[in-house]
Amino acid sequence: MAQVKMTVNGKTASGEVEGRTLLAQFLRDDQGLTGTHVGCDTSQCGACVVHVNGEAVKSCTMLAVEANGATVDTIEGQANADGSLNVIQQAFQDHHGLQCGFCTPGMVMSASALLKENPKPTEAEVRHYLDGNICRCTGYHNIVKAIMAASGQDVSAIAAE
Amino acid sequence: MPKDGGIGASSKRREDVRFLTGNGNYTDDINKRGQAHVFFLRSDVAHGVLKSVDTAAAAAMDGVVQIFTGADFEAIGGMPCGWQVTDKNGEVMQEPKHPVLAHGKVRHVGEPIAAVVADTLAQARDAAEAIVVEIDDLPAVINMKNAVKEGATKVHDDLTSNLCYDWALGAENKDAVDAAFKNAAHVTTLELVNNRLVANPMEPRVALGDYNRSDDQHTLYTTSQNPHVIRLLMGAFVLGIPEHKLRVVAPDVGGGFGTKIFHYQEEAFCTFAAKACNRPVKWTSSRSEAFISDAHGRDHVSKIELALDADNNFTALRTDTYANMGAYLSTFAPSVPTWLHGILMAGNYKTPVIYVNVKAVFTNTVPVDAYRGAGRPEATYQLERLVDKAAHELKVDPIALRRQNFITEFPYATPVAVEYDTGDYVATMDKLEEISDLAGFAARRKASEAKGKLRGFGVNCYIEACGIAPSNLVGQLGARAGLYESATVRVNATGGLVVMTGSHSHGQGHETSFAQVVAEMIGIDENMIEIVHGDTSKVPMGMGTYGSRSIAVGGSAMVRATEKIIAKAKKIASHLLEASESDIELKDGAFSVAGTDKSVAWGDVTLAAYVPHNYPLEDIEPGLEETAFYDPSNFTYPSGAYACEVELDPETGQVTIERFSAADDFGNIINPMIVTGQVHGGLAQGIGQALLENCVYDDEGQLLSASYMDYAMPRASDLPMYDVDHSCQTPCTHNPLGVKGCGEAGAIGSPPSVVNAVLDAMRSGGHDIGHIDMPVSPSRVWAAMQKS
Repeated sequence: MAQVKMTVNGKTASGEVEGRTLLAQFLRDDQGLTGTHVGCDTSQCGACVVHVNGEAVKSCTMLAVEANGATVDTIEGQANADGSLNVIQQAFQDHHGLQCGFCTPGMVMSASALLKENPKPTEAEVRHYLDGNICRCTGYHNIVKAIMAASGQDVSAIAAE
Repeated sequence: MPKDGGIGASSKRREDVRFLTGNGNYTDDINKRGQAHVFFLRSDVAHGVLKSVDTAAAAAMDGVVQIFTGADFEAIGGMPCGWQVTDKNGEVMQEPKHPVLAHGKVRHVGEPIAAVVADTLAQARDAAEAIVVEIDDLPAVINMKNAVKEGATKVHDDLTSNLCYDWALGAENKDAVDAAFKNAAHVTTLELVNNRLVANPMEPRVALGDYNRSDDQHTLYTTSQNPHVIRLLMGAFVLGIPEHKLRVVAPDVGGGFGTKIFHYQEEAFCTFAAKACNRPVKWTSSRSEAFISDAHGRDHVSKIELALDADNNFTALRTDTYANMGAYLSTFAPSVPTWLHGILMAGNYKTPVIYVNVKAVFTNTVPVDAYRGAGRPEATYQLERLVDKAAHELKVDPIALRRQNFITEFPYATPVAVEYDTGDYVATMDKLEEISDLAGFAARRKASEAKGKLRGFGVNCYIEACGIAPSNLVGQLGARAGLYESATVRVNATGGLVVMTGSHSHGQGHETSFAQVVAEMIGIDENMIEIVHGDTSKVPMGMGTYGSRSIAVGGSAMVRATEKIIAKAKKIASHLLEASESDIELKDGAFSVAGTDKSVAWGDVTLAAYVPHNYPLEDIEPGLEETAFYDPSNFTYPSGAYACEVELDPETGQVTIERFSAADDFGNIINPMIVTGQVHGGLAQGIGQALLENCVYDDEGQLLSASYMDYAMPRASDLPMYDVDHSCQTPCTHNPLGVKGCGEAGAIGSPPSVVNAVLDAMRSGGHDIGHIDMPVSPSRVWAAMQKS
């Protein structure tokens, strides 16, 4: 067992983990942050995306001990300080960018990383960036539209959601 | 102007806030004090005699609580099948035993052999590796046509063969069908495969069993589309627990698409083991496990023939289908290729006589059951590929041939046992031609060709039977369940109300759209209404969500219960207003006396119901709570026309979807935003089937496409923006909302137009290959173009 300590959503999070404990397991099982989801075991689906030191990371593919000392941000820390939805979250609701909600935390975290890197992505750039995030419900139309809307672009020309 | 609330408004989804902030409550998010974890040791061979399972070494390992094998379940019922099909000779289907844990034989890769319960999942998994399983391999039965040959190895030794049933629809027309083919001016024949798929909801299945010794109550938390059905099937047929001692909870569920309808061994195991181990027992499927334990979908091999007269009118249709059941009968498997498939073979066309034959076959593969559309996509694919092929053989326009044969008068009784109540297939085709900009296609094709690409345009129509289903009818057809829905409306003293619905939402947004309906009926704000679902201890009864039935059946039950509420509230209002009940009108949340300015607010009436000081106690009881069960009198028949436009790179065979247009008729619509989203998702799954997804077994029964590394899930860059229109609306005539349902249309309607478009593109490059099977992968397209 190893001791880990990291900053999760601005608060100190520590615990004792096995060497094989994944960051996703640490967040979900030890910290009770169940917004981070696990949808596959081959690092493909992206439901588990969190930010580690500001970078989008698949938390099912990183050991908790590797995140020792890091700053981790999860879906639970994304809303505005007053509890209202942030710009990306609000765009997902406004444009019906989610249905069952299971892939949504990973989608929002990936979208946030994308917009940091590329503040005005084209449709093709959004689709390419989401290659590591699978959604089975929406057919992506409204997710892509929501992310473009969140970037401040006019999406009124894209077919209605 | 769009409405900002009630029926017809694109109300934002209330459930989104919890999902977007990480506050969803999915089954795997639930943990119980003292819970143990189970890991299932699964068969890695497709077929064999299970000689021994030695758990001694594993049982001694750290953290192991108990290990179970098939022997522990010998005295316990097996997994039940919910539908008994009667074959064309009047014989009931062959129905094999389906054990919770394998016993005697293993019959597919992934079948659970042993269950290790331990303090942690890691310990359970470690211990499972120490179990020694001895299996004498048997030849795997994989190919359906070989499986039914004389002398084939049997999947189930106690059955007479691998044939589950040989079913027919339209047997009374068979002679007329054969005569029509003899007299036909033209016959088009097509052999095709409807590829096996894995549903792949993003949330893997989870089961958490809990048992309370103080009151002998079992609780199962599970990823289900129909918790009451699980309670009945598991309680009555597997574990012998009466319903009043068993609670089943399906909280937020991360997608279903059919595969979470069925009752699975893991649910029964966790419920059983929680009592046996005296600890809550939790199972969380990995994705790898999901591929070999979730029921698969589709997997039909068909031959279909169309007879036409000299004027290109359809005169008869004949089909011959082999449907894969897998190794065991999953809960509703027998119904899918029969009553959810055969009855759709008329499609949108007035073909006078139809004969459908389906042979269901056992193989050493994962059980196959309903997947989004369930039987109806298989019917649509056959028919719409066939009509397209006929058009090209006859050198007529595929749209014109369809239009010529459309059913145009309703109600229309098909020769395959159903009666369409409403529809307007001309209107949806007109709309499709408009939104797909068919007129501009020639120019777009030229532009593609200038880049060295081929471009194709493909259409199809579809009809589906959903809003499942009249109980007396399905009972005659073999269902071992009724298919009504129930709702209870509980109004609180201060006017807010709770709807407890037997429908289950796992992405469909019922919490929003159901509230819109009740808000409209009473005239109160949607936020005064809470929708509760997914818990047998809260909702009186429910048959669940599948077959696009939630709004058509569950919504209708809710309307009926709300009507009862309004009727009683009017009695109370008439007392408070000292007016005749017949003069009371309800509008915008207030009861008024017609022709006067006397009125009383909704909240005053609800308060009077619970504080009945000034109240007609001699006539009515206090309180305001009503329940209704709604049993539909017919299926509903959504329909539409879809167009796909593809670009094909002749150098590589790569196909890209350039445009996809869908014109649907769903009858009345509650929330257009949600409806459009449902179509988008269905289209992605249909396009996924047509272009990408394929569940492949090798000859030894090993699943070759067993992870997201090998099974091509559609990604964002594989799919286009969609043009979706549902302005053509012919309301359903037999339910109170006039709704038809929209959940499956996209998946039913899209595969044929994709394949038709690819073939059109290939033809434009001089490659008239007639047919290509799904998925239309680059290698298949490229290979076909080299040969032709």
